[in-house]
Amino acid sequence: MTTLRAGWVITLRDLAHWVRQPWTPIFGLLFTIMLLLVFGFLFGGAIAVPGGGDYITFLLPGMMALSMLFGVEATTTAMANDARKGITDRFRSLPIGSASVSLGRVGADMANSAVELLVLILGGLLIGWRISSDPGSVALAVLLLLFLRFSLLWVGIFVGLSFRGEGTTMAVQVLVWPIGFLSTAIVSAETMPGWLGTIASWNPLSATATAARELYGNPTGITSGPLADGAVWLAVAWPLLITAVFLPLSARAYRRLRL
Amino acid sequence: MNTSLAADGLRKRYGEVRALDGFDLAVAAGTIHGLLGPNGAGKSTAVKALATLIDLDGGAARVAGLDVRTQGRQVRERIGLIGQNAAVDEILGGRQNLVMFGRLYGLGKAAARERADQLLARFGLSAAADRAVSTYSGGMRRRLDIAAGLIRTPAVLFLDEPTTGLDPRGRNDVWETVREVAAGGTTVLLTTQYLDEADQLAAEISVMNHGRIIASGTPEALKRRLGGDRVTVTLPSPDALDVLAGRFANATVDAAARTVTFEVGSGVVALAEIVRVLDQLGLTPEDLVLRRPTLDEVFLTLTAAGEVAR
Repeated sequence: MTTLRAGWVITLRDLAHWVRQPWTPIFGLLFTIMLLLVFGFLFGGAIAVPGGGDYITFLLPGMMALSMLFGVEATTTAMANDARKGITDRFRSLPIGSASVSLGRVGADMANSAVELLVLILGGLLIGWRISSDPGSVALAVLLLLFLRFSLLWVGIFVGLSFRGEGTTMAVQVLVWPIGFLSTAIVSAETMPGWLGTIASWNPLSATATAARELYGNPTGITSGPLADGAVWLAVAWPLLITAVFLPLSARAYRRLRL
Repeated sequence: MNTSLAADGLRKRYGEVRALDGFDLAVAAGTIHGLLGPNGAGKSTAVKALATLIDLDGGAARVAGLDVRTQGRQVRERIGLIGQNAAVDEILGGRQNLVMFGRLYGLGKAAARERADQLLARFGLSAAADRAVSTYSGGMRRRLDIAAGLIRTPAVLFLDEPTTGLDPRGRNDVWETVREVAAGGTTVLLTTQYLDEADQLAAEISVMNHGRIIASGTPEALKRRLGGDRVTVTLPSPDALDVLAGRFANATVDAAARTVTFEVGSGVVALAEIVRVLDQLGLTPEDLVLRRPTLDEVFLTLTAAGEVAR
């Protein structure tokens, strides 16, 4: 049994969860749509985009990056629950490769995120978001967003395997908010106090959000600084770095289940 | 003996706690072996080590003839592990669970479905096959759990406290299942805190405490180690109790219950003797009972002796 095939079987298990309990993913999507509406219409009128441009067009790529980050919570919860309930041990007692369990998680969560992106794109177009670039750039933007999600997946797998208590899920649920908002996903860093703006600019989320804005042909809210010049490269480099750190850590956490 | 499970001096530490501290075990192929011990004795650690889930600090173990430390993958091809909590997917249905595990054991789609249906029928779960497992009773969930461990008819099946938290009916279901599995040639290692469970199921029992085996043998042999059988005589009045007790060694008088209990080597021989003495004394007993010591008595005696030795 190849590791890949076992990973696919475990992915299918998660996809079957959607069919069995459709309300869980539907509420996830409704939450994303709600956030979009809250920021787009409730707060959006009061937010100006430095360098000019419509706020909805500025917001949409940011919301996409934000939803990639919020996905970490689902990854962590799923990993921690399986470990706690003994399902991970059951998988470990089967003749399958040791990467299968994580691969299954990756497959399911990437599928989930792709659907979420699609909903955001369609929802965004409905409320006035516009793409003004070529299909190649749009495809690259989507790939960069998914690449961010892929790298953050390993953070979720690592945290879920290493800290299995109920508290972990809560901690992640709480932590994604400041991390998500301390970025240029919702507002431009140039409207923040200087030092805060600097931190927000160096948030990996900001790199992906800005790169996506450029690639969609949307306003970036940035007039100078490293993000103005090399957002696309940073949107490749940050997820690469995160993956390089957390993929080995996840593998180690999985091995440490043997201790 | 054709051993299908052999552990030799297994050691595993968790900080200061020696979860396994020189754990030895030999289980004959095709038998049910009961691993009996209180909470924290190290039973689960022993099972996890034999099922290749944890790394050992020392010792050697072979499962189905394979080394658990160096041939983990091959060992996993030949075992089924049923852990303490029913490790099945609660959101999915019973059939979906079995098909998933079947495919993870390398079966193709069609073969996995066919095997799932066989197992569902065998475990009386066909009617509930498509319901979410979260709607199952504890006994049904446990049966599904065991079915998932039997997809490839394992050489060795590990059951870690399989009846904990089940009602009497669920427990009987599981016992029935375990007997069937063993009858099919699978070696079963079953951990339990329940003495009657080990007595009911196991051909041999190992008593475990503080990470090691403190006694092994058939249930009968273990009981005999406690000094043989007990004969209890109930008399109509307490007056003659002392006279009767005085005629034998190892007698205990309970005046309130109007009984004398004799610890005897062989119950049947002693019984004849006691009846003769009763006749001589002109006494007619109200009740006369011959019994083996219970496993509870065995267990308490053994673990108490262990505490003293430490």
